[in-house]
Amino acid sequence: MTEYRLSDGELEAAFQQRVDEERKIEPKDWMPEAYRKNLIRQISQHAHSEVIGMQPEGNWITRAPTLKRKMILLAKVQDEAGHGLYLYGAAETLGVTREEMIQALHEGRAKYASIFNYPTLTWADVGVIGWLVDSAAIVNQISLQRTSYGPYSRAMIRICKEESFHQRQGFEMLMPLASGSPEQKAMAQDAMDRWWWPTLMMFGPHDSDSMHSAKSMQWKIKRRSNDELRQDFVDQTVPQAEYLDLAIPDPDLKWNEERGHYDFGEIDWDEFWAVVSGDGLCNRERLDRHGEAHREGEWVREAMRAYEEKRQST
Amino acid sequence: MKLPLYEVFVRSKRGLDHRHVGSLHAEDGGQALKLARDCYTRRGEGVSIWVVRSGDIVASQEEDAASFFDPSDDKPYRHATFYRLPPEVKNL
Ligand SMILES: [Fe+2]
Ligand SMILES: [Fe+2]
Repeated sequence: MTEYRLSDGELEAAFQQRVDEERKIEPKDWMPEAYRKNLIRQISQHAHSEVIGMQPEGNWITRAPTLKRKMILLAKVQDEAGHGLYLYGAAETLGVTREEMIQALHEGRAKYASIFNYPTLTWADVGVIGWLVDSAAIVNQISLQRTSYGPYSRAMIRICKEESFHQRQGFEMLMPLASGSPEQKAMAQDAMDRWWWPTLMMFGPHDSDSMHSAKSMQWKIKRRSNDELRQDFVDQTVPQAEYLDLAIPDPDLKWNEERGHYDFGEIDWDEFWAVVSGDGLCNRERLDRHGEAHREGEWVREAMRAYEEKRQST
Repeated sequence: MKLPLYEVFVRSKRGLDHRHVGSLHAEDGGQALKLARDCYTRRGEGVSIWVVRSGDIVASQEEDAASFFDPSDDKPYRHATFYRLPPEVKNL
């Protein structure tokens, strides 16, 4: 057993100093209990998002228009499963088990990104998700590569390496759609219209309304604020939309010369909070499907267990 | 049900060390290897993988680091920079 000779206040001061000096916190280091809890919440939520996020895109694997697109989509969805695993692994170093995290998800105590509670109605949605949703995720994840917790930071670095193919394949598959027949173009525009605002919501509430932000910034779990990240995403995405000749469904969107950034309209926060608290279009479906898949896999786990028992007894 | 935890080490190419890349749960070593391949080497990241039960690793304790590594802290003569040689002496 570890016995600390310092008081909690001294330990916390030493911890904060280490964070301020940009030295990573590692699993066995002393950390404030609230830091640990905050991290478990954030990392497990991130892990659940990767895994639940496989559903809306997985919905189109069997109906991809060509074998090439099918293989690309399969590879992307498989990557997301891997991202979930890296992140569950990082969270487990904080003393929470995989089973506890899955249970918290099933009981609604743990959240996942609300973007995945929207349905994928057409093939164009798959392209728009890769382009917008993965781009938004990347903007956030790049900043998290510098997070103060070592295992989380390392998982983010690995994930970022893999993500750039996700956004590029999305944009690339939208190019022929957006420049195709009027019907194809309309399909791409419709997907854009439905996904734009939910994508902006991915960055979370305004800094002024965000419950977890101040402490997270002080502890350098988060490195940049929700509003900063959202602005970055808008600034980098507008020219890409112009290239595709897809309209962004926001009448207030315009370049602000003085700020050197795009101004954009207000998010519908009622919709945001409704989806976060469980009333989005697909919340129940996503959770049911996850639970079902978990139960359907039980016989595999059981077979593995039986095999291992047999192997050890011979 | 709890599967044991394995640590995964990947050698990115021949001639380099195996490096720790992360961990995963598996029933046995053989399964851990296959899962590690699918999880950590989907893009040619490795030519060889080691897996080892996390519980089998014996680790030094972070909080004891000061005293544990102390014996080598007062031996500056182990470093090349300890020795001052005249500038005209080359290749040393
Ligand atoms: Fe991902
Ligand atoms: Fe992705």
